[in-house]
Amino acid sequence: MKRFLLAALFFAVLLLIWEALFRAKIWSPVLLPSPRQVAVYLKDAAVDGTLVKATIVTMRRLLIGYIIGLLAGLPLGLLTARWRVCQDTIGTLALGLQTLPSVCWVPLALLWFGQTEAAMLFVVVMGTLWSVVIATETGVRNVPPIYRRAALTMGSKRLHMWFKVILPAALPFIVSGMKQGWAFAWRSLMAAEIFVSILTGFGLGQLLHYGRELSAMEQVIGIMIIIVVIGLLADKIFFSPFEKFLHRRWGTSQA
Amino acid sequence: MQRLPRQRSSAAEELEVIAPSKLAIENVSKNFKGASGAVLALDRVSLNVAEGEFVCLVGASGCGKTTLLNIIAGLEKPDSGTVQADGKPITGPGRERLVMFQEPALFPWLNVFGNVLFGLKLKPNLTNKDRQDVAKYYLELVGLSRFERANIHELSGGMKQRVSLARALAPNPRVLLMDEPFAALDALTREQLYGDLQRIWKARNKTIVFVTHNVREAACLGDRVIVFSPRPGRIREEFAVDLPRPRDINSVDLAVHATEITKALKGHSEGEIAIAE
Repeated sequence: MKRFLLAALFFAVLLLIWEALFRAKIWSPVLLPSPRQVAVYLKDAAVDGTLVKATIVTMRRLLIGYIIGLLAGLPLGLLTARWRVCQDTIGTLALGLQTLPSVCWVPLALLWFGQTEAAMLFVVVMGTLWSVVIATETGVRNVPPIYRRAALTMGSKRLHMWFKVILPAALPFIVSGMKQGWAFAWRSLMAAEIFVSILTGFGLGQLLHYGRELSAMEQVIGIMIIIVVIGLLADKIFFSPFEKFLHRRWGTSQA
Repeated sequence: MQRLPRQRSSAAEELEVIAPSKLAIENVSKNFKGASGAVLALDRVSLNVAEGEFVCLVGASGCGKTTLLNIIAGLEKPDSGTVQADGKPITGPGRERLVMFQEPALFPWLNVFGNVLFGLKLKPNLTNKDRQDVAKYYLELVGLSRFERANIHELSGGMKQRVSLARALAPNPRVLLMDEPFAALDALTREQLYGDLQRIWKARNKTIVFVTHNVREAACLGDRVIVFSPRPGRIREEFAVDLPRPRDINSVDLAVHATEITKALKGHSEGEIAIAE
Protein backbone atom coordinates (compact mmCIF):
# COMPACT_ATOMS: atom_id res chain seq x y z
CA MET A 1 0.00 0.00 0.00
CA LYS A 2 2.79 2.37 0.91
CA ARG A 3 4.50 1.57 -2.39
CA PHE A 4 1.29 2.27 -4.27
CA LEU A 5 0.80 5.63 -2.55
CA LEU A 6 4.35 6.62 -3.27
CA ALA A 7 3.96 5.74 -6.94
CA ALA A 8 0.64 7.62 -7.12
CA LEU A 9 2.28 10.65 -5.56
CA PHE A 10 5.11 10.49 -8.09
CA PHE A 11 2.73 10.50 -11.04
CA ALA A 12 0.61 13.26 -9.50
CA VAL A 13 3.73 15.41 -9.25
CA LEU A 14 4.55 14.69 -12.90
CA LEU A 15 1.05 15.81 -13.90
CA LEU A 16 1.41 18.98 -11.81
CA ILE A 17 4.70 19.84 -13.50
CA TRP A 18 3.06 19.30 -16.89
CA GLU A 19 0.14 21.53 -15.92
CA ALA A 20 2.53 24.19 -14.60
CA LEU A 21 4.51 24.17 -17.84
CA PHE A 22 1.27 24.55 -19.78
CA ARG A 23 0.20 27.49 -17.62
CA ALA A 24 3.57 29.17 -17.90
CA LYS A 25 2.90 29.44 -21.65
CA ILE A 26 6.53 28.91 -22.60
CA TRP A 27 5.38 26.91 -25.63
CA SER A 28 2.30 27.42 -27.74
CA PRO A 29 -0.72 25.38 -26.57
CA VAL A 30 -0.66 23.76 -30.02
CA LEU A 31 2.66 22.18 -29.12
CA LEU A 32 1.95 21.54 -25.45
CA PRO A 33 -1.69 20.90 -24.62
CA SER A 34 -2.80 20.72 -21.00
CA PRO A 35 -3.38 17.40 -19.24
CA ARG A 36 -7.09 18.26 -19.23
CA GLN A 37 -7.19 18.61 -23.05
CA VAL A 38 -5.51 15.25 -23.44
CA ALA A 39 -7.95 13.70 -20.98
CA VAL A 40 -10.90 15.20 -22.89
CA TYR A 41 -9.57 13.78 -26.16
CA LEU A 42 -9.15 10.35 -24.60
CA LYS A 43 -12.64 10.48 -23.14
CA ASP A 44 -14.22 11.52 -26.45
CA ALA A 45 -12.25 8.92 -28.40
CA ALA A 46 -13.27 6.29 -25.89
CA VAL A 47 -16.93 7.30 -26.06
CA ASP A 48 -17.17 7.40 -29.86
CA GLY A 49 -15.39 4.05 -30.11
CA THR A 50 -12.35 5.01 -32.22
CA LEU A 51 -9.96 4.29 -29.38
CA VAL A 52 -11.39 0.89 -28.55
CA LYS A 53 -11.51 -0.12 -32.21
CA ALA A 54 -7.95 0.99 -32.88
CA THR A 55 -6.71 -0.78 -29.75
CA ILE A 56 -8.43 -3.99 -30.76
CA VAL A 57 -6.97 -3.82 -34.28
CA THR A 58 -3.46 -3.22 -32.96
CA MET A 59 -3.65 -5.81 -30.21
CA ARG A 60 -4.99 -8.43 -32.58
CA ARG A 61 -2.08 -7.90 -34.95
CA LEU A 62 0.36 -8.00 -32.10
CA LEU A 63 -1.03 -11.07 -30.36
CA ILE A 64 -1.51 -13.19 -33.47
CA GLY A 65 1.92 -12.27 -34.82
CA TYR A 66 3.53 -12.80 -31.44
CA ILE A 67 1.99 -16.21 -30.92
CA ILE A 68 3.03 -17.31 -34.42
CA GLY A 69 6.56 -16.07 -33.72
CA LEU A 70 6.63 -17.93 -30.42
CA LEU A 71 5.28 -21.17 -31.83
CA ALA A 72 7.81 -21.10 -34.65
CA GLY A 73 10.69 -19.77 -32.56
CA LEU A 74 10.63 -22.33 -29.75
CA PRO A 75 11.03 -25.44 -31.93
CA LEU A 76 13.56 -23.68 -34.15
CA GLY A 77 15.56 -22.76 -31.07
CA LEU A 78 15.45 -26.34 -29.83
CA LEU A 79 16.58 -27.66 -33.22
CA THR A 80 19.39 -25.13 -33.26
CA ALA A 81 20.55 -26.21 -29.83
CA ARG A 82 20.26 -29.90 -30.60
CA TRP A 83 21.97 -30.29 -33.97
CA ARG A 84 25.22 -28.73 -35.09
CA VAL A 85 23.83 -28.46 -38.63
CA CYS A 86 20.91 -26.36 -37.45
CA GLN A 87 23.21 -24.24 -35.33
CA ASP A 88 25.38 -23.44 -38.35
CA THR A 89 22.38 -22.68 -40.56
CA ILE A 90 19.29 -21.53 -38.66
CA GLY A 91 21.36 -20.32 -35.74
CA THR A 92 23.57 -18.11 -37.88
CA LEU A 93 20.56 -16.81 -39.78
CA ALA A 94 18.76 -15.99 -36.51
CA LEU A 95 21.80 -14.23 -35.13
CA GLY A 96 22.11 -12.13 -38.28
CA LEU A 97 18.45 -11.27 -38.61
CA GLN A 98 18.13 -10.44 -34.94
CA THR A 99 20.54 -7.56 -35.44
CA LEU A 100 18.28 -6.22 -38.20
CA PRO A 101 15.85 -3.72 -36.63
CA SER A 102 12.51 -5.32 -37.36
CA VAL A 103 11.08 -2.12 -38.82
CA CYS A 104 13.45 -2.76 -41.74
CA TRP A 105 11.07 -5.55 -42.76
CA VAL A 106 8.29 -3.04 -43.45
CA PRO A 107 9.23 -2.09 -47.03
CA LEU A 108 9.63 -5.73 -48.00
CA ALA A 109 6.38 -6.71 -46.29
CA LEU A 110 4.49 -3.97 -48.13
CA LEU A 111 5.80 -5.05 -51.52
CA TRP A 112 5.05 -8.70 -50.81
CA PHE A 113 1.70 -8.43 -49.12
CA GLY A 114 0.42 -4.94 -50.00
CA GLN A 115 -1.23 -2.70 -47.44
CA THR A 116 -2.88 -5.61 -45.64
CA GLU A 117 -3.01 -7.37 -42.31
CA ALA A 118 -0.61 -9.94 -43.67
CA ALA A 119 2.09 -7.29 -44.00
CA MET A 120 1.59 -6.23 -40.39
CA LEU A 121 1.62 -9.80 -39.14
CA PHE A 122 4.77 -10.50 -41.07
CA VAL A 123 6.56 -7.58 -39.42
CA VAL A 124 5.45 -8.66 -35.95
CA VAL A 125 6.47 -12.27 -36.56
CA MET A 126 9.91 -11.17 -37.74
CA GLY A 127 10.26 -9.00 -34.65
CA THR A 128 9.44 -11.91 -32.33
CA LEU A 129 10.89 -14.94 -34.02
CA TRP A 130 14.64 -14.40 -33.95
CA SER A 131 14.83 -13.29 -30.33
CA VAL A 132 12.90 -16.36 -29.28
CA VAL A 133 15.08 -18.67 -31.39
CA ILE A 134 18.27 -17.25 -29.91
CA ALA A 135 17.00 -17.19 -26.33
CA THR A 136 15.81 -20.78 -26.55
CA GLU A 137 19.11 -21.91 -28.00
CA THR A 138 21.12 -20.05 -25.36
CA GLY A 139 18.85 -21.38 -22.64
CA VAL A 140 19.28 -24.97 -23.74
CA ARG A 141 23.03 -24.60 -24.09
CA ASN A 142 23.25 -23.22 -20.57
CA VAL A 143 21.47 -26.12 -18.92
CA PRO A 144 24.02 -27.53 -16.45
CA PRO A 145 25.10 -30.98 -17.75
CA ILE A 146 24.57 -32.44 -14.29
CA TYR A 147 20.78 -32.12 -14.65
CA ARG A 148 20.91 -34.18 -17.81
CA ARG A 149 23.15 -36.78 -16.19
CA ALA A 150 20.96 -37.04 -13.11
CA ALA A 151 17.86 -37.42 -15.29
CA LEU A 152 19.61 -40.02 -17.47
CA THR A 153 20.31 -42.25 -14.48
CA MET A 154 16.66 -42.03 -13.46
CA GLY A 155 15.63 -43.31 -16.87
CA SER A 156 14.73 -40.07 -18.65
CA LYS A 157 15.48 -39.91 -22.35
CA ARG A 158 14.50 -38.29 -25.65
CA LEU A 159 11.17 -36.48 -25.45
CA HIS A 160 10.86 -36.89 -21.70
CA MET A 161 14.34 -35.42 -21.33
CA TRP A 162 13.44 -32.46 -23.56
CA PHE A 163 10.10 -31.65 -22.00
CA LYS A 164 10.72 -32.50 -18.36
CA VAL A 165 14.35 -31.50 -17.95
CA ILE A 166 15.88 -29.37 -20.66
CA LEU A 167 12.95 -27.06 -21.38
CA PRO A 168 12.15 -26.34 -17.73
CA ALA A 169 15.83 -25.85 -16.97
CA ALA A 170 16.07 -23.37 -19.85
CA LEU A 171 12.91 -21.54 -18.81
CA PRO A 172 14.56 -18.46 -17.28
CA PHE A 173 16.37 -17.80 -20.57
CA ILE A 174 13.30 -18.54 -22.66
CA VAL A 175 11.13 -16.15 -20.67
CA SER A 176 13.60 -13.31 -21.07
CA GLY A 177 13.75 -14.10 -24.79
CA MET A 178 9.96 -14.00 -24.94
CA LYS A 179 10.03 -10.64 -23.26
CA GLN A 180 12.59 -9.28 -25.68
CA GLY A 181 10.59 -10.70 -28.60
CA TRP A 182 7.51 -8.96 -27.27
CA ALA A 183 9.35 -5.65 -27.03
CA PHE A 184 10.71 -5.95 -30.57
CA ALA A 185 7.30 -6.94 -31.96
CA TRP A 186 5.56 -4.05 -30.22
CA ARG A 187 8.08 -1.48 -31.45
CA SER A 188 8.11 -2.72 -35.00
CA LEU A 189 4.32 -2.84 -35.17
CA MET A 190 4.05 0.76 -33.98
CA ALA A 191 6.64 1.87 -36.50
CA ALA A 192 4.82 0.03 -39.26
CA GLU A 193 1.45 1.47 -38.34
CA ILE A 194 2.77 5.01 -38.27
CA PHE A 195 4.68 4.51 -41.49
CA VAL A 196 1.90 3.09 -43.66
CA SER A 197 -1.85 3.23 -43.62
CA ILE A 198 -3.16 -0.28 -43.71
CA LEU A 199 -6.43 -0.48 -45.56
CA THR A 200 -7.79 -3.39 -43.57
CA GLY A 201 -7.83 -1.77 -40.16
CA PHE A 202 -7.06 1.40 -38.29
CA GLY A 203 -4.59 0.81 -35.46
CA LEU A 204 -3.17 2.96 -32.67
CA GLY A 205 -0.14 3.84 -34.78
CA GLN A 206 -2.41 5.29 -37.44
CA LEU A 207 -4.29 7.34 -34.88
CA LEU A 208 -0.96 8.71 -33.77
CA HIS A 209 -0.02 9.46 -37.37
CA TYR A 210 -3.28 11.30 -38.05
CA GLY A 211 -2.87 13.24 -34.86
CA ARG A 212 0.30 14.66 -36.39
CA GLU A 213 -1.38 15.29 -39.77
CA LEU A 214 -4.11 17.26 -38.03
CA SER A 215 -1.65 18.95 -35.70
CA ALA A 216 -3.82 17.59 -32.88
CA MET A 217 -1.21 17.40 -30.18
CA GLU A 218 -3.69 16.22 -27.54
CA GLN A 219 -4.38 13.21 -29.79
CA VAL A 220 -0.67 12.52 -30.27
CA ILE A 221 0.05 12.62 -26.55
CA GLY A 222 -3.17 10.79 -25.68
CA ILE A 223 -2.33 7.89 -27.98
CA MET A 224 1.24 7.80 -26.72
CA ILE A 225 -0.10 7.43 -23.19
CA ILE A 226 -2.35 4.56 -24.34
CA ILE A 227 0.65 2.85 -25.95
CA VAL A 228 2.67 3.19 -22.77
CA VAL A 229 -0.19 1.83 -20.68
CA ILE A 230 -0.60 -1.19 -22.95
CA GLY A 231 3.12 -1.91 -22.66
CA LEU A 232 2.96 -1.63 -18.88
CA LEU A 233 -0.11 -3.83 -18.63
CA ALA A 234 1.44 -6.49 -20.86
CA ASP A 235 4.40 -6.57 -18.54
CA LYS A 236 2.34 -6.66 -15.35
CA ILE A 237 -0.31 -9.11 -16.49
CA PHE A 238 1.62 -11.35 -18.82
CA PHE A 239 5.28 -11.44 -17.82
CA SER A 240 5.43 -10.42 -14.16
CA PRO A 241 3.59 -13.45 -12.74
CA PHE A 242 5.79 -15.70 -14.81
CA GLU A 243 8.97 -14.00 -13.67
CA LYS A 244 7.82 -13.95 -10.07
CA PHE A 245 7.25 -17.69 -10.23
CA LEU A 246 10.72 -18.24 -11.66
CA HIS A 247 12.33 -16.04 -9.02
CA ARG A 248 10.53 -17.87 -6.25
CA ARG A 249 11.44 -21.30 -7.53
CA TRP A 250 15.02 -20.58 -8.55
CA GLY A 251 15.62 -18.27 -5.62
CA THR A 252 16.91 -15.44 -7.77
CA SER A 253 14.61 -12.78 -6.35
CA GLN A 254 16.04 -9.66 -4.78
CA ALA A 255 12.70 -8.54 -3.38
CA MET B 1 13.05 -58.84 -23.62
CA GLN B 2 10.02 -60.70 -22.45
CA ARG B 3 6.91 -58.62 -22.18
CA LEU B 4 4.97 -59.23 -19.05
CA PRO B 5 1.28 -58.43 -18.77
CA ARG B 6 0.84 -54.94 -17.39
CA GLN B 7 0.38 -55.23 -13.71
CA ARG B 8 -0.36 -52.61 -11.16
CA SER B 9 2.04 -52.87 -8.30
CA SER B 10 1.05 -51.20 -5.08
CA ALA B 11 3.02 -48.71 -3.05
CA ALA B 12 3.65 -51.45 -0.51
CA GLU B 13 5.22 -53.69 -3.15
CA GLU B 14 7.20 -50.78 -4.47
CA LEU B 15 8.57 -50.17 -1.00
CA GLU B 16 9.68 -53.77 -0.47
CA VAL B 17 13.36 -54.20 0.20
CA ILE B 18 14.75 -55.82 -2.95
CA ALA B 19 17.94 -57.79 -3.40
CA PRO B 20 20.98 -55.59 -3.95
CA SER B 21 23.26 -56.15 -6.95
CA LYS B 22 26.71 -57.57 -7.12
CA LEU B 23 29.15 -55.75 -9.34
CA ALA B 24 32.00 -57.25 -11.31
CA ILE B 25 34.53 -54.86 -12.82
CA GLU B 26 37.24 -56.48 -14.86
CA ASN B 27 40.29 -54.94 -16.49
CA VAL B 28 38.61 -51.61 -17.08
CA SER B 29 40.74 -48.95 -18.79
CA LYS B 30 39.74 -45.45 -19.78
CA ASN B 31 41.65 -42.69 -21.55
CA PHE B 32 40.82 -39.02 -21.60
CA LYS B 33 42.10 -36.65 -24.22
CA GLY B 34 42.92 -33.49 -22.37
CA ALA B 35 44.72 -30.29 -23.33
CA SER B 36 48.04 -31.90 -22.32
CA GLY B 37 47.55 -35.08 -24.30
CA ALA B 38 45.90 -38.33 -23.36
CA VAL B 39 45.54 -39.18 -19.68
CA LEU B 40 45.11 -42.75 -18.59
CA ALA B 41 42.33 -42.25 -16.05
CA LEU B 42 41.91 -45.95 -15.34
CA ASP B 43 44.49 -48.62 -16.04
CA ARG B 44 43.20 -52.21 -16.03
CA VAL B 45 41.16 -51.82 -12.87
CA SER B 46 39.41 -54.90 -11.50
CA LEU B 47 37.05 -54.85 -8.55
CA ASN B 48 34.27 -57.03 -7.23
CA VAL B 49 31.54 -55.68 -5.02
CA ALA B 50 29.33 -58.14 -3.17
CA GLU B 51 25.57 -57.87 -2.79
CA GLY B 52 24.76 -55.27 -0.19
CA GLU B 53 28.38 -54.32 0.36
CA PHE B 54 29.41 -50.76 1.17
CA VAL B 55 32.63 -50.01 -0.71
CA CYS B 56 34.52 -46.73 -0.50
CA LEU B 57 36.94 -45.58 -3.18
CA VAL B 58 39.56 -43.17 -1.90
CA GLY B 59 42.41 -41.42 -3.64
CA ALA B 60 43.82 -38.04 -4.58
CA SER B 61 41.87 -36.06 -7.15
CA GLY B 62 42.55 -37.25 -10.67
CA CYS B 63 42.99 -40.90 -9.68
CA GLY B 64 40.03 -42.02 -11.74
CA LYS B 65 37.71 -42.95 -8.90
CA THR B 66 34.92 -40.72 -10.19
CA THR B 67 35.47 -42.06 -13.70
CA LEU B 68 35.01 -45.59 -12.39
CA LEU B 69 31.80 -44.52 -10.66
CA ASN B 70 30.50 -42.97 -13.89
CA ILE B 71 31.33 -46.16 -15.76
CA ILE B 72 29.40 -48.24 -13.23
CA ALA B 73 26.54 -45.77 -13.58
CA GLY B 74 26.64 -46.26 -17.34
CA LEU B 75 27.22 -42.55 -17.94
CA GLU B 76 30.61 -43.28 -19.50
CA LYS B 77 31.90 -46.23 -21.46
CA PRO B 78 35.23 -47.90 -20.72
CA ASP B 79 37.78 -48.14 -23.56
CA SER B 80 38.36 -51.75 -22.65
CA GLY B 81 37.32 -54.22 -19.99
CA THR B 82 33.90 -55.24 -18.77
CA VAL B 83 31.51 -54.06 -16.10
CA GLN B 84 28.69 -56.32 -15.03
CA ALA B 85 25.86 -56.02 -12.58
CA ASP B 86 24.47 -59.41 -11.52
CA GLY B 87 26.20 -61.04 -14.45
CA LYS B 88 24.72 -58.70 -17.05
CA PRO B 89 26.92 -56.15 -18.83
CA ILE B 90 26.15 -52.50 -18.11
CA THR B 91 25.35 -50.80 -21.40
CA GLY B 92 23.96 -47.47 -20.28
CA PRO B 93 22.46 -45.56 -17.37
CA GLY B 94 19.45 -47.11 -15.68
CA ARG B 95 17.46 -46.76 -12.51
CA GLU B 96 18.89 -50.00 -11.10
CA ARG B 97 21.98 -47.94 -10.33
CA LEU B 98 21.27 -44.41 -9.18
CA VAL B 99 23.85 -41.73 -8.59
CA MET B 100 24.13 -39.09 -5.92
CA PHE B 101 26.44 -36.33 -7.09
CA GLN B 102 28.71 -34.02 -5.14
CA GLU B 103 26.92 -30.85 -6.23
CA PRO B 104 23.26 -31.22 -5.54
CA ALA B 105 21.82 -32.05 -8.95
CA LEU B 106 18.31 -31.29 -7.74
CA PHE B 107 16.02 -29.62 -10.27
CA PRO B 108 15.29 -26.03 -9.28
CA TRP B 109 12.04 -25.95 -11.28
CA LEU B 110 10.53 -28.60 -9.02
CA ASN B 111 9.96 -28.41 -5.30
CA VAL B 112 11.32 -31.02 -2.87
CA PHE B 113 8.41 -33.38 -3.42
CA GLY B 114 8.58 -32.99 -7.21
CA ASN B 115 12.26 -33.87 -7.17
CA VAL B 116 11.69 -37.07 -5.22
CA LEU B 117 8.79 -37.93 -7.52
CA PHE B 118 10.84 -37.39 -10.69
CA GLY B 119 12.35 -40.86 -10.90
CA LEU B 120 9.13 -42.49 -9.70
CA LYS B 121 7.16 -40.91 -12.52
CA LEU B 122 9.44 -42.71 -14.94
CA LYS B 123 8.48 -46.04 -13.41
CA PRO B 124 5.50 -47.54 -15.17
CA ASN B 125 2.79 -49.63 -13.49
CA LEU B 126 2.35 -47.35 -10.51
CA THR B 127 -0.64 -45.18 -9.78
CA ASN B 128 -0.03 -41.55 -8.91
CA LYS B 129 -1.24 -42.22 -5.41
CA ASP B 130 1.36 -44.99 -5.03
CA ARG B 131 4.07 -42.70 -6.29
CA GLN B 132 3.13 -40.05 -3.77
CA ASP B 133 3.08 -42.56 -0.95
CA VAL B 134 6.51 -43.84 -1.94
CA ALA B 135 7.93 -40.31 -2.18
CA LYS B 136 6.49 -39.49 1.25
CA TYR B 137 8.07 -42.60 2.71
CA TYR B 138 11.55 -41.62 1.52
CA LEU B 139 11.21 -38.01 2.61
CA GLU B 140 10.28 -39.36 6.01
CA LEU B 141 13.29 -41.70 5.89
CA VAL B 142 15.70 -38.79 5.35
CA GLY B 143 13.82 -36.71 7.93
CA LEU B 144 12.44 -34.02 5.63
CA SER B 145 8.70 -34.68 5.68
CA ARG B 146 8.02 -31.16 6.81
CA PHE B 147 9.78 -29.70 3.80
CA GLU B 148 8.05 -31.48 0.95
CA ARG B 149 6.61 -28.24 -0.46
CA ALA B 150 9.84 -26.24 -0.06
CA ASN B 151 11.74 -24.86 -3.01
CA ILE B 152 15.24 -26.22 -3.50
CA HIS B 153 17.02 -22.91 -2.93
CA GLU B 154 15.38 -22.59 0.48
CA LEU B 155 17.21 -25.66 1.78
CA SER B 156 20.61 -25.80 3.47
CA GLY B 157 23.42 -27.79 1.87
CA GLY B 158 22.81 -30.74 4.17
CA MET B 159 19.09 -30.74 3.47
CA LYS B 160 19.74 -30.62 -0.25
CA GLN B 161 21.88 -33.74 -0.01
CA ARG B 162 19.18 -35.44 2.04
CA VAL B 163 16.69 -34.70 -0.73
CA SER B 164 19.21 -36.01 -3.28
CA LEU B 165 19.48 -39.18 -1.25
CA ALA B 166 15.69 -39.55 -1.10
CA ARG B 167 15.47 -38.93 -4.85
CA ALA B 168 18.12 -41.57 -5.55
CA LEU B 169 16.47 -44.09 -3.22
CA ALA B 170 12.89 -43.54 -4.37
CA PRO B 171 12.95 -45.67 -7.54
CA ASN B 172 14.32 -48.50 -5.37
CA PRO B 173 17.65 -49.08 -7.14
CA ARG B 174 19.80 -52.10 -6.42
CA VAL B 175 22.97 -50.03 -6.34
CA LEU B 176 23.59 -46.57 -4.97
CA LEU B 177 26.57 -44.71 -6.41
CA MET B 178 27.75 -41.75 -4.40
CA ASP B 179 30.27 -39.27 -5.73
CA GLU B 180 31.71 -37.28 -2.80
CA PRO B 181 28.19 -36.43 -1.72
CA PHE B 182 29.19 -34.82 1.56
CA ALA B 183 32.37 -33.03 0.50
CA ALA B 184 30.80 -29.58 0.42
CA LEU B 185 29.11 -29.84 3.82
CA ASP B 186 30.27 -28.65 7.22
CA ALA B 187 31.64 -31.24 9.67
CA LEU B 188 28.61 -31.28 11.97
CA THR B 189 26.13 -31.86 9.17
CA ARG B 190 28.42 -34.51 7.72
CA GLU B 191 28.54 -36.45 10.98
CA GLN B 192 24.75 -36.50 11.12
CA LEU B 193 24.58 -37.75 7.57
CA TYR B 194 27.11 -40.54 8.26
CA GLY B 195 24.73 -41.84 10.90
CA ASP B 196 21.70 -41.47 8.66
CA LEU B 197 23.36 -43.09 5.70
CA GLN B 198 24.41 -46.14 7.74
CA ARG B 199 20.89 -46.46 9.13
CA ILE B 200 19.27 -46.14 5.67
CA TRP B 201 21.76 -48.53 4.08
CA LYS B 202 20.85 -51.10 6.70
CA ALA B 203 17.11 -50.50 6.32
CA ARG B 204 17.06 -50.55 2.50
CA ASN B 205 19.84 -53.09 1.89
CA LYS B 206 21.66 -51.49 -1.05
CA THR B 207 25.01 -52.11 -2.64
CA ILE B 208 26.84 -48.80 -2.24
CA VAL B 209 29.91 -47.54 -4.04
CA PHE B 210 31.05 -44.37 -2.36
CA VAL B 211 33.75 -42.10 -3.76
CA THR B 212 35.60 -39.77 -1.40
CA HIS B 213 38.98 -38.24 -0.72
CA ASN B 214 38.30 -38.19 3.00
CA VAL B 215 39.96 -41.23 4.58
CA ARG B 216 38.08 -41.02 7.87
CA GLU B 217 34.81 -40.81 6.01
CA ALA B 218 35.78 -43.91 4.05
CA ALA B 219 36.75 -45.82 7.20
CA CYS B 220 33.54 -44.74 8.89
CA LEU B 221 31.24 -45.85 6.11
CA GLY B 222 32.89 -48.64 4.17
CA ASP B 223 32.97 -52.39 4.68
CA ARG B 224 35.96 -52.13 2.42
CA VAL B 225 38.13 -49.18 1.47
CA ILE B 226 39.85 -49.25 -1.91
CA VAL B 227 42.85 -46.96 -2.24
CA PHE B 228 43.52 -45.59 -5.73
CA SER B 229 46.78 -44.18 -7.05
CA PRO B 230 46.68 -41.55 -9.78
CA ARG B 231 48.20 -41.21 -13.26
CA PRO B 232 47.52 -43.87 -14.32
CA GLY B 233 44.52 -44.61 -12.12
CA ARG B 234 45.07 -47.96 -10.46
CA ILE B 235 43.94 -49.79 -7.37
CA ARG B 236 46.85 -49.64 -4.99
CA GLU B 237 45.64 -51.40 -1.92
CA GLU B 238 42.46 -52.37 -0.20
CA PHE B 239 41.44 -52.50 3.45
CA ALA B 240 38.65 -54.34 5.18
CA VAL B 241 37.09 -52.30 7.98
CA ASP B 242 35.49 -54.74 10.38
CA LEU B 243 34.28 -52.35 13.05
CA PRO B 244 30.77 -52.75 14.46
CA ARG B 245 28.05 -50.43 13.18
CA PRO B 246 26.80 -47.84 13.55
CA ARG B 247 30.25 -46.35 13.59
CA ASP B 248 31.19 -43.04 15.10
CA ILE B 249 33.67 -41.04 13.05
CA ASN B 250 35.38 -39.85 16.24
CA SER B 251 36.06 -43.29 17.70
CA VAL B 252 39.63 -44.35 18.40
CA ASP B 253 39.34 -47.70 16.61
CA LEU B 254 38.23 -45.91 13.52
CA ALA B 255 41.17 -43.52 13.77
CA VAL B 256 43.51 -46.51 13.82
CA HIS B 257 42.07 -47.79 10.56
CA ALA B 258 42.12 -44.34 9.03
CA THR B 259 45.79 -43.91 9.92
CA GLU B 260 46.65 -47.14 8.21
CA ILE B 261 44.79 -46.15 5.07
CA THR B 262 46.35 -42.70 5.10
CA LYS B 263 49.76 -44.33 5.24
CA ALA B 264 48.96 -46.27 2.10
CA LEU B 265 47.79 -43.10 0.37
CA LYS B 266 50.85 -41.12 1.47
CA GLY B 267 53.25 -43.92 0.72
CA HIS B 268 51.97 -43.67 -2.74
CA SER B 269 52.34 -39.92 -3.13
CA GLU B 270 55.91 -40.02 -1.78
CA GLY B 271 56.60 -42.59 -4.41
CA GLU B 272 55.17 -40.28 -6.99
CA ILE B 273 57.37 -37.41 -5.89
CA ALA B 274 60.41 -39.66 -6.14
CA ILE B 275 59.44 -40.55 -9.68
CA ALA B 276 58.83 -36.92 -10.56
CA GLU B 277 62.33 -36.04 -9.41
